[in-house]
Amino acid sequence: MDAIQKRILAEVADLHAVPEGAYNIRANGVSAGRRSTANIEITPKPGGSGIEVRIRPGTVNESVHIPVVLSQSGFKETVYNDFHIGEGSDVTIVAGCGIHNCGNQDAQHDGIHRFYVGKNARVRYVEKHYGEGDGEGKRILNPGTEVYMEEGSAMEMEMVQIRGVDSTKRITTAELAAGARLSVKERLMTHQSQWAESVYKVNLNGEGSSADVVSRSVARDESYQMFDACLTGNVACHGHTECDSIIMDRGRILAMPKLEANSTDAELIHEAAIGKIAGEQLIKLMTLGLTEAQAEEQIINGFLK
Amino acid sequence: MLELKNVSYDVEDIEGRVGILKDVSFTVEDDRFVVVTGPNGGGKSTIAKIIAGVVRPTGGQILMNGQDITELGITERAKLGISYAMQQPVRFKGIQVVDLLRIAAGRDMSVAESCDYLSRVGLCAREYIHREINASLSGGELKRIEIATVLARSSQISVFDEPEAGIDLWSFQSLIRVFEQMRETIRDSSILIISHQERILEIADEIIVVADGRITRHGPRQEILPELIGTPAAVGGCGRLAEGR
Repeated sequence: MDAIQKRILAEVADLHAVPEGAYNIRANGVSAGRRSTANIEITPKPGGSGIEVRIRPGTVNESVHIPVVLSQSGFKETVYNDFHIGEGSDVTIVAGCGIHNCGNQDAQHDGIHRFYVGKNARVRYVEKHYGEGDGEGKRILNPGTEVYMEEGSAMEMEMVQIRGVDSTKRITTAELAAGARLSVKERLMTHQSQWAESVYKVNLNGEGSSADVVSRSVARDESYQMFDACLTGNVACHGHTECDSIIMDRGRILAMPKLEANSTDAELIHEAAIGKIAGEQLIKLMTLGLTEAQAEEQIINGFLK
Repeated sequence: MLELKNVSYDVEDIEGRVGILKDVSFTVEDDRFVVVTGPNGGGKSTIAKIIAGVVRPTGGQILMNGQDITELGITERAKLGISYAMQQPVRFKGIQVVDLLRIAAGRDMSVAESCDYLSRVGLCAREYIHREINASLSGGELKRIEIATVLARSSQISVFDEPEAGIDLWSFQSLIRVFEQMRETIRDSSILIISHQERILEIADEIIVVADGRITRHGPRQEILPELIGTPAAVGGCGRLAEGR
């Protein structure tokens, strides 16, 4: 990998060297490194269209890194990665995609991730998006995530996109069996004329399943965001979705938290708030010696932390 | 030393021009603890905002150690050593107590040091240091954190706008002790508190009474306080609670 690719890798996966444990690094459509471990097997799909990650039942405290780097203007790809997480395991999966585009053609990565989370398994999934480069070509990321959770499993998802992605359409779907718990934390900031859509469809199918989908976002300049989260409760279950946004400059946000109850025992809650930074917050930080711009930065940093 | 010279503040409302402050002049010398009291709506909070730079006066001058700061903004005044604790502290999603203390101190303060400031306002540091300053904190907790941020700054003058407002009686009793302690350690800085509370007035060096936008009385505590007892400008503690004290 070259210096640009290495730097992007550090941005999206906090990786400065070869990671510990299992990994697969994809750069401009080809594998730039792969390692399986005794418990985690990574195999390529035919034709380079993605990978299969199989985690043995009972694998505990291990991690998988699967970052993707694009540095070639005009490069477009769709990748299908499947994760089979064995019963009773407890693992961390770090994905992430960074695009460096200094050309005038669009660069695009559509990553479709499917997670099959076994009984009583626990997964922490971290996905970070990042874009840079001063070319006119757009940096486009369209992640699709499908989650199938078996009984008693738990999944925590952290989705972060803070800088440099021009257009993104994220679609996340989840099916939860009895006692399964899903927690999603999304952090999003858009600049200039960027466009970001985020759609969630979560089906709570099993008794006692629960989902918590929380998004915090900041829309700056002329950017646009759309948040559309639908929780469907089909049995006795708990669902909560929340969208909390700061709007600045000429940014625009459409927030649509939705609930669908198909059982009298489904307990579902949604919350949404969009507003500018409160003047009082700026004043408070300015009385502590910050300039208005520094105060704004602190407020946004805290909000997106 | 802070000096207000013939400060006035007018606003436009449907009935025309209304004077909120009218020709207000006073000086806060170093090493002084000054309490501003008077009826509600008399202009006390506006004085605090004018000192902090949140509100610009429509007339008059503000001087700090002889320098005219009337035209300076909030940030510049803060850098000169003016601190301001708001009547209604602000909440911030995601910002933790330790972050705010670090911003206040203007440096990367150690956790141990921030704990020190929290302990001084009677908060168990271990419990609060990483709490978010959000809706999960009570009014009393927010007030204490607000005061801790002022303590963490090296201020020339600290202005507190009704530290007793919006907090329960128990929290207030212990806040009084914080101010008593500040009075003892004030040294070459000064404190200006807006308050109706008799117990705060009792530790003042000087008392300023503001009513209808004007200063009606200004002098040493010994002289002013006896005139105020029994009026809304000096609210005593609850009699029954006091007995059990």
